[in-house]
Amino acid sequence: MMSSTFETVASIISETCDIPRDTIKPESHAINDLGIDSLDFLDIAFAIDKAFGIKMPLEQWTQEVNDGKATTEQYFQLNNLCTRIDELVAAKGA
Amino acid sequence: MRLEYFQLIDRIAELDVRHQTIRAEARVPTESTIFEGHFPGYPLMPGVLLIEAMAQTAGWLVIAVTKFTRMPFFAALKEAKLRSFVTPGQALSLSAKLLHEGSGYAVAKADIRCDGKLTCNAEITFRLVEFPNPEFRANMERMAAILEFPMEALVHG
Repeated sequence: MMSSTFETVASIISETCDIPRDTIKPESHAINDLGIDSLDFLDIAFAIDKAFGIKMPLEQWTQEVNDGKATTEQYFQLNNLCTRIDELVAAKGA
Repeated sequence: MRLEYFQLIDRIAELDVRHQTIRAEARVPTESTIFEGHFPGYPLMPGVLLIEAMAQTAGWLVIAVTKFTRMPFFAALKEAKLRSFVTPGQALSLSAKLLHEGSGYAVAKADIRCDGKLTCNAEITFRLVEFPNPEFRANMERMAAILEFPMEALVHG
């Protein structure tokens, strides 16, 4: 995970959800630790999509979690989320 | 505009799927029980209904851009401004532009003009969900026909 990705995502979460920046860690789980609900996550997703020029596949991720094929940690723990973002950015440039 | 059916727009006048814009028209009815309460002796179109009218306009745009595969549900409203009064009988021109089509959500900005003058505007976020059942989608297609939604724009857009 690129540290700059985490910095950007943490700033977005802090500003969007009014969460103190220093409480947002790479190992924080957006839902379980930071208490971000699905509506607030839409704002975060909009800001992340715009900042990185990507379209996070939230429908696919949600489906995988609902089907038991993935855990929420894989997508919503911030270090994992940032890895997914880096992959999407890399795929865009490929 | 049929307030009793929560139909806030009359027809879709322009739809540009490529540029992700839409324009709709509506005329505020001259009479409605709503005006008896809002307000007695001083009838005004309620601001919340103007916001709903913008949401419906932007919603049809989202349906067009997603090619009738998703139903948009009103999820969030930002920077809503109600700039001047709208009264019974006024003609409204409603426009929307998509700001972003995300996965499972979309964000649009919308406005209403009366006689060319900006009357209200807002940024609206929708959750996008697959149509919950065939009847729901069929009803939306019927409503699309009533509103003169140009289905051919989905193919050529």
